[in-house]
Amino acid sequence: MLTIIDYGASNLKSLTNALDAIKAPYTISNKRDVIKKADKIILPGVGSANFAMAQLKKLKLIDVIRELKVPALGICLGMQILFDYSEEGNTQCLGIIKGQVKKITSPNLKVPHIGWNTVKKQVTRNKKQTDDYFYFVHSYYCIPQDKTSIVALTDYSGEFCSIVRQNHFYGTQFHPEKSGEAGLKILKSFCSL
Amino acid sequence: MLTKRLIPCLDIKNGRVVKGIKFKNLNDAGDPVKLAKFYYQEGADELAILDITATLESRQTIIKLINDISQQVFIPLTVGGGVRKLADIKALLRAGADKVAINTAAVENPELISRAARRFGSQCIVVAIDAKRRPAKITGWEVMINTGTKSTGGDVIKWAQVAAGLGAGEILLTSIDRDGTQSGYDLELLQAISQSVTIPVIASGGAGSAEDIYQAFAAGQADTALVAGLLHFGTLRIKDLKKYLISKKIKIRL
Repeated sequence: MLTIIDYGASNLKSLTNALDAIKAPYTISNKRDVIKKADKIILPGVGSANFAMAQLKKLKLIDVIRELKVPALGICLGMQILFDYSEEGNTQCLGIIKGQVKKITSPNLKVPHIGWNTVKKQVTRNKKQTDDYFYFVHSYYCIPQDKTSIVALTDYSGEFCSIVRQNHFYGTQFHPEKSGEAGLKILKSFCSL
Repeated sequence: MLTKRLIPCLDIKNGRVVKGIKFKNLNDAGDPVKLAKFYYQEGADELAILDITATLESRQTIIKLINDISQQVFIPLTVGGGVRKLADIKALLRAGADKVAINTAAVENPELISRAARRFGSQCIVVAIDAKRRPAKITGWEVMINTGTKSTGGDVIKWAQVAAGLGAGEILLTSIDRDGTQSGYDLELLQAISQSVTIPVIASGGAGSAEDIYQAFAAGQADTALVAGLLHFGTLRIKDLKKYLISKKIKIRL
């Protein structure tokens, strides 16, 4: 079953409401055995990278997440901690995806980046370019080392990676559970992987 | 590119949506769950739900409402009214709110903002400011509390800067003078605050036409516009409003 990792950092209500709406069954857990047996994982996250990593360490979940063999989706902070390192609190993260997480800095730019922005899929030939709007709230952004892992880019005074994929690990910087019908569609396609 | 946002605002009294003029003379404007769902389907970017009575019983009504609305509406929900302590914020977030607006309690106890931002993250702490224009002789705006009934003497620009410094994620700025009058937002006020803080500013109070909303973005430099009566009473529809704003070259999500 789809398992949401509850490491005590975030409010899961929005996510479970969205999963209920698309009729996707799920469990919520912070137990190693349950997570090991899951056939899909969502790693949510609101809060700070250092707090999230400290919680995962306390719950002895770091190796379990690293060794996952099933599709796993990190949302917002959940995406960021899939990377090697985050500037936020100078934090060593899960190291599943090579790369770093940096603070958004630019003069005259409002931080956090809050609101609806376009997500441009880096699609290959023969496919129509689709720009859907998704809801973002974040102050840090991911820089994957391997550019082929970038699925989509978003522009906020310069482009950053808004969807990442490396093998069975996926991450969205935006909140699909708060992004209207377009967001529900993404959750649905993840659930049907 | 990041878009400007349109937020329908539901003022709640006794479980119903109401709309008044300058915070008085309330009229019934419908069922909150039905309206919330309708606005979601129409393309609202977020919803604001404000408990304007903020009594002990109304708190329970709001929690239940947020629960119902968040199960059907998948855009951010900002909830406010009578939020006084961390436990109030926690209860609203648990019920399905994404952001919580704090007004009077933040003025009386500014430390609440920093504590709330540390505990729940700046992204979910909205500081709501009710601004009243000072008499003609004196310039500027005064911070009002207790639903606009009590003067504080404080300056709105200074307060917005303090709130942002303490960790507020957004400022919800209401002009009491313009509330419900449909005579346009107080553009001078909007501009003054937008230029004084680096967090998003939500314009509220006075929207009477699509042009007014355009001006809030263009002249007022607001990031977001809050709209109530204009939508509740069917004068405008969100879809048409968004098309109009796009025709005026404002970045909007359609």
